Amino acid sequence: MSKIHVTTTINDDEVEFLCDPRESLLDVLRDRLSLTGAKEGCGTGDCGACTVTVDGRLVCACLMLGAEAEGKSIGTVEGIATDEELHPLQQKFIEYAALQCGICTPGILVAAKNLLERNPDPTETEVRYWLAGNLCRCTGYDKIIRAVMDTAAEMREAS
Amino acid sequence: MSVTKPLPHDSAPLHVTGAARYVDDTPLPAGALHLAFGLSTIAHGEITGLDLDPVRAMPGVVAVLTAADLPFANDVSPSAHDEPLLADGTVHYVGQPVFLVVATSHLAARKAVRAAVVTYRELDALLTIDAALAADSRFEEGPRIYEKGDAAAAIAAGSHIIEDTFELGGQEHFYLEGQAALALPQEGGDMMVCSSTQHPTEIQHKVAEALGVPMHGVRVETRRMGGGFGGKESQGNALAVACAVAARLTGRACAMRYDRDDDMIITGKRHDFRITYKAGFNADGRITGVDFVHYTRCGWAQDLSLPVADRAMLHADNAYLLPAARIESHRLRTNTQSATAYRGFGGPQGMVGIERIMDHAAHVLGIDPVEIRQRNFYRPPQDSSSKKHLAKQEVTTDLQPNTTPYGMEVEDFELHDMTQTLLASSEYAARRVAVAEWNAANPILKKGLGFSPVKFGISFTLTHLNQAGALVHVYQDGSIHLNHGGTEMGQGLNQKVAQVAAARFGVQLEAVRITATDTAKVPNTSATAASSGSDLNGMAVKAACDTIRDRMAAYLAERHQVAPGSVVFQDGAVQVGAANYSFAEAAQAVYEGRVSLSATGFYKTPKIKWDRIKGQGRPFFYFAYGCALTEVVIDTLTGEYRILRADILHDAGASLNPALDIGQVEGGYVQGAGWLTSEELVWDDAGRLRTYAPSTYKIPACSDRPDVFNVALWDGQNREETIYRSKAVGEPPFMLGISAWLALSDAVSACGSAYPSLNAPATAEEVWHGVRRINDGI
Repeated sequence: MSKIHVTTTINDDEVEFLCDPRESLLDVLRDRLSLTGAKEGCGTGDCGACTVTVDGRLVCACLMLGAEAEGKSIGTVEGIATDEELHPLQQKFIEYAALQCGICTPGILVAAKNLLERNPDPTETEVRYWLAGNLCRCTGYDKIIRAVMDTAAEMREAS
Repeated sequence: MSVTKPLPHDSAPLHVTGAARYVDDTPLPAGALHLAFGLSTIAHGEITGLDLDPVRAMPGVVAVLTAADLPFANDVSPSAHDEPLLADGTVHYVGQPVFLVVATSHLAARKAVRAAVVTYRELDALLTIDAALAADSRFEEGPRIYEKGDAAAAIAAGSHIIEDTFELGGQEHFYLEGQAALALPQEGGDMMVCSSTQHPTEIQHKVAEALGVPMHGVRVETRRMGGGFGGKESQGNALAVACAVAARLTGRACAMRYDRDDDMIITGKRHDFRITYKAGFNADGRITGVDFVHYTRCGWAQDLSLPVADRAMLHADNAYLLPAARIESHRLRTNTQSATAYRGFGGPQGMVGIERIMDHAAHVLGIDPVEIRQRNFYRPPQDSSSKKHLAKQEVTTDLQPNTTPYGMEVEDFELHDMTQTLLASSEYAARRVAVAEWNAANPILKKGLGFSPVKFGISFTLTHLNQAGALVHVYQDGSIHLNHGGTEMGQGLNQKVAQVAAARFGVQLEAVRITATDTAKVPNTSATAASSGSDLNGMAVKAACDTIRDRMAAYLAERHQVAPGSVVFQDGAVQVGAANYSFAEAAQAVYEGRVSLSATGFYKTPKIKWDRIKGQGRPFFYFAYGCALTEVVIDTLTGEYRILRADILHDAGASLNPALDIGQVEGGYVQGAGWLTSEELVWDDAGRLRTYAPSTYKIPACSDRPDVFNVALWDGQNREETIYRSKAVGEPPFMLGISAWLALSDAVSACGSAYPSLNAPATAEEVWHGVRRINDGI
């Protein structure tokens, strides 16, 4: 089957790739572009390990076709840190030990960053339900919530 | 000193940037191939036809293998050699691998699998405990029985006798990273395997058997896992062996990962149990004797079921001194996934049994559920401050030995003080009153409180597994390279062990680098399991570091004419008499002095001795303790519920790293509560698992975390000589989740006068049924 030529933007870089029309965005990111930060946890959009943003909206990359990225702006975990400096969320996740095996962490960070961009002052309940689509089997979530809440507070102070 | 510091996970900077590499993230060499299994679609039957030509005709397919194509051993069992990689004529469960497809991509391999035409002659399938019992289908010749005293007579002597039977469901591990392996063929027939496994040595062993080479021809590396929880102790064997066989056949790198659905359908889970109990109590709440029968579905192959069922028996007492006990355990063979290791390894199931009895007895006797537990606790050590709590117990306890049903004396019982502390910090008494008042005032929403203690035995019950090795190099620039036999699955083992090494050499943690677990560096390792990782590997690393340190001290002491014992390694420096070297200068000097700066370390756990047939001995080096209080609210009309608050006090000894240990406690509690609440495995009448994806199998989500979650570590230290007097912390907190199940039972009991007799998991449906069972006209 002939491949589709796609031009898109990933983490603010213009990217071109060829992909099979049936290939998921997740497979394109991982297998064609070597961006392996997004993980496949379930392949059915239930676990959130492959969370990315598409034009600022949270998407499970396993549920979207690579070809649909044409003309869009994609954000992945690899784009969260800037110029060798970690994003405050990343720093807080380290500081709070808000991760264990780390495989859900990229998806959770992408989702949490998106929340804070929309709502710089979320309640704890809002954080809990915003992240309810990102499963973590290790931590029990407590440190994750605290890290997000504390990041939000610190970013509000800084701005 | 680097030990005891609350440092984050050593890989945290990699985790948060997406740079941490898991097996499936490994860049593959050109020409790499991908594998998928074709699975049995029936629960039991003989294969009468296997037409794989349509599979071979599918795009991208390079090879298709059946059992007949395997060059050497067709076995991936960790124990009894009863688990073929590919079915050899008979299939034993829905999901058993029958054939192997090798293709140019993961998707091509999975699609090709569907083209197979397989026909079967179906045989009777044993799917349930009742069916297996009726057919006497079991592992071992009959039930295992452990006894202490005359349980029947002791129960009969009680003024109150309670008995019941309940079901206790299994649990899917749901490690977020599914099973994965990668085999890279080397020169001369050697094989390199990267595996997401808790047990690299076993992968090496099984791959060597499958390739017909000695173990020295296979090297296995495990950098990290995306979660394990016991599910990667033996369940990774099939993928690693399949990759190695295909790589040998094709001469190309071969990778395999299970799709989530396949992973849940193929791999084993926690053993589900039916527990029947009968217990005698005196009016004051003291237990006189207990009789348990454990029935467990082990699935189709033995795997680790015998030690799992043993450990359930060994935790049938939990924290309670049972004057007499009889525990009978049936290990039933069924046509379902081969149940396997899962955090707690049977311990949780055993513990739920006795906690159920305490809950039931408290209800019948009208004694506070915490109080009845305290009255039955083991006695604290003689030197303990806990003695002040002993007074009320001594009246009825007389002088019976403080021994478990398997004859081990409990010498380190911490729970008297821990319970008192938790009751105070969680304001138990006031909240018990508040819950009663709430329930009196609210007809629809009912609240409940549940308390449960944990006493968990630490050591592999297969005594020879209690050993570990390490390899340490000090380079001439003073940097330290460290390797040990443990594997990293998120628990922070590498960080803890690096903290030990840094402390032994008196250097900053940054000077120490831990590398991927590698069977070529440290051989003959045990699985990273049984919570043993830090205990065993920490001690092995300490031994290796001390060997090098002593050599350095001896050389430098002679050079400066001081006693070797006076050389001090501290703050990145080495003090030798009046001379002060940086650690790097010291390493350089010792190297130039032609002294080896590389050493292995070895450790074996002392004091343990165990006869699993007699059920007598000291299987555990020590016990880890914890206690939890959970508050829930249920909706009596729908059965829905929420965990409102959890208060936990957990004993990690002198914690090597409180940040990591608290993480284990929180995660363990939530996972344990998930097991007993929302996580329900459902098989249909054809033996098909119907809950094979997160859409139907409900692990706790962020929104399910307790609204208030107070977690603290007990300020103590291990009475035994473990690494810096710390305690194992991987599994014990899992069982704190039992308190959530008990809290639900308590809330349901507010709806009537009878005992709710909840099964587990107490899903919303089960809670709803519980309310209906006992309601007095709601």
